[in-house]
Amino acid sequence: MKKIVSLAAILILPVWIALAQAPGNAENGKKLFLRNGCYECHGTVGQGGVGPRLAPRPMPAVALTAFVRKPSGNMPPYSAKVMPDSDVADVRAYLASIPDPPPVQSIPILRP
Amino acid sequence: MAKSKKFSFDRRDFIRGAATGAGFLAAQATSALAQQVAAPATAGAAAEGGSGRPGSDFMVDVVKSLDFEYIFAMPGSSFAGFHESILNYGGNKSPEFITCMHEESSVAMANGYAKIEGKPVLVCAHGTVGLQHAAMAIYDAFSDHTPIYIMLGNTLDATERRNEVIWAHSVQDASSMVRDIIKWDDTPQSLPHFAESAVRAYKICMTPPMGPTIIVADTEMQERPIPAGTSQRIPKLARSTPPAGDPAAVAEAAKLLVAAENPVLVASRCARTPEGMKLLVELAETLQASVIDQHRRMNFPTRHVLNQTLRTSPGAEPIAVPAAWGADVILGLESDDFYHTVEQAKQRGTPKLITVNSGDLFLHGNYQNFQRYSEADLSIAADAQATLPALIEECKRLITSNQRVAMQARGAKLAQLHAQAMDATRTEATYGWDASPISTARLSAELGDQLRNEDWSLVTDGAPWIREWPLRLWNFDKHYQYIGGAGGEGVGYAAPAAVGAAMANKKYGRLSVAIQPDGDLMCANGVLWTAAHHRIPLLILMHNNRAYHQEVMGIQSIANKWQRGIDRIGIGTKINDPNIDFAKLAQSMGVAAEGPIGDPKDLSAAIRRGIAVVKGGEPYLIDTLTQPR
Repeated sequence: MKKIVSLAAILILPVWIALAQAPGNAENGKKLFLRNGCYECHGTVGQGGVGPRLAPRPMPAVALTAFVRKPSGNMPPYSAKVMPDSDVADVRAYLASIPDPPPVQSIPILRP
Repeated sequence: MAKSKKFSFDRRDFIRGAATGAGFLAAQATSALAQQVAAPATAGAAAEGGSGRPGSDFMVDVVKSLDFEYIFAMPGSSFAGFHESILNYGGNKSPEFITCMHEESSVAMANGYAKIEGKPVLVCAHGTVGLQHAAMAIYDAFSDHTPIYIMLGNTLDATERRNEVIWAHSVQDASSMVRDIIKWDDTPQSLPHFAESAVRAYKICMTPPMGPTIIVADTEMQERPIPAGTSQRIPKLARSTPPAGDPAAVAEAAKLLVAAENPVLVASRCARTPEGMKLLVELAETLQASVIDQHRRMNFPTRHVLNQTLRTSPGAEPIAVPAAWGADVILGLESDDFYHTVEQAKQRGTPKLITVNSGDLFLHGNYQNFQRYSEADLSIAADAQATLPALIEECKRLITSNQRVAMQARGAKLAQLHAQAMDATRTEATYGWDASPISTARLSAELGDQLRNEDWSLVTDGAPWIREWPLRLWNFDKHYQYIGGAGGEGVGYAAPAAVGAAMANKKYGRLSVAIQPDGDLMCANGVLWTAAHHRIPLLILMHNNRAYHQEVMGIQSIANKWQRGIDRIGIGTKINDPNIDFAKLAQSMGVAAEGPIGDPKDLSAAIRRGIAVVKGGEPYLIDTLTQPR
């Protein structure tokens, strides 16, 4: 049993690392994010809306891909047929490119 | 309403009913001025008919006795007699005729007005086509427990229907079309009958659970002279006291709440008046209990430390008690969807469930606005606000000194959690801060900042279209600062309700502001003209996401479910190509406006300009391009 697990780990690990490190194309990712309607629930800069916030610092690529395929809650599933892995990687790259928001203390109109 | 040139007749052509001719001609000799200053009959006083005045004059006397401030109506021939009497006999004062451009708007405006003022206006409409237009807004009001008073015109006597239009506009039983979604109606057969039923209709619509009532005013009864010898007595309005909870049940509820370790008070339409808000604060402070405001009314101050609404899921429908809270007693106060309110909490425990709901006292079977059946442990069929004084008193009586100490500790913990939730909310608002289209958080923060030193009132719904950002960021501590949304969730409610509420706010000098969804405004944008024509001060910020966004997401979800791609989901759901220029739309109807504004940096100055115009007594619209939610 241990051997099987180890073998699986050996086979999966490189894929995991590849996906986790997949740089993707942020520019194309932005187009896909808008074209595929991700922004409808998550906002155009992933700030959150009906769906949760996605950016900045999106979840790892593997986790994101897995979630997109089999989401929980009200999120509709995006199959590989509709959104290939490479597209998910590009979308993640776009989300990762979004800068941190300004600190709340720097926004006077948000004072209590 | 639809009109025909064939129908461009002098309403006084009822004179052709020659039997009344002599009396009528005598009436014509009376100067118009004399009619205008004629003192209306007072409630309870009796007078004799046969004065040569039309029946509609007496109807105006009745209406005046009920203290309506306004009539919201689109003109219609079936109540033209009454309309003329309002103008020339009643002096167009108390009530004053407000020109509406759709009967749905008339009723939705009345809904917004009632939620600010706590009483109805008079809505007039054709008994047929006018009521058909009004139906959705009536359903909203019925579901929202707001007092709406409607008078329909109708020509019941077939032999009096002078042309094909009147035939088309006549009906045997006018109210039948909406009888499932009103509280009561009547079709009076005489003027004394009209007086009695008109007063009764007012009494019924104002008794919790409040709701729409209808009186059908026969066209001929309006236009014929008051028959000689007709009593013109107007019955006294006997207001019903709101139904309060059974004392034994209230005592049991108090016992459960006082003994609870983690009680949660959930308020939806609890506070009918400012007093209701004070009472809920008193109950919460007595128990040091968590409060969740489901925002159907302004129930509880947003910055009160016991307000724990920020710790729930904003925008959820309904806002529910989170499982993690470990609530052991949950009290629902006019919470119409209590089943889903407590669903999560029941997954983690067995909280005792108490409801106080006037909706239990009045239900119809056809429309399903009564929501899923809730298995409460103690269900009190009563008006929550009217029940609160006895509940507070009983809780105070039961609390021991040891319990009081424990409650204070609980309250301190809740205050900490409230502060943490406020901080987290402000931080959340920073995400997408500089985004274009403008984030709904930024839109709300920019507007809220400029209201800090104003006496303001938000007259549109805060959730879920804008993720409740105003309710999360602003300091709401007055009852009139929020009116909730459309009870029946009908699109086309927000814009007219905002105008109606702004109308109620006007005499108090309040600054009315609306965050207006684009699709909703396109249902009945004639209210912009009404706002301009009647000088209704109202600042409208568009939430212009150029879509029926809820439906975009709905189609997207289904398309994904079947893996058929989402490239067509904009068909039938997006409002673009061409984009609507809301500033020009408003300007075309006399409302000063600017936009579209897509850069959030431009928003502050625009709002400042808008507030200046609104403070001058006029409406102002800013078209802002926004994120979907």
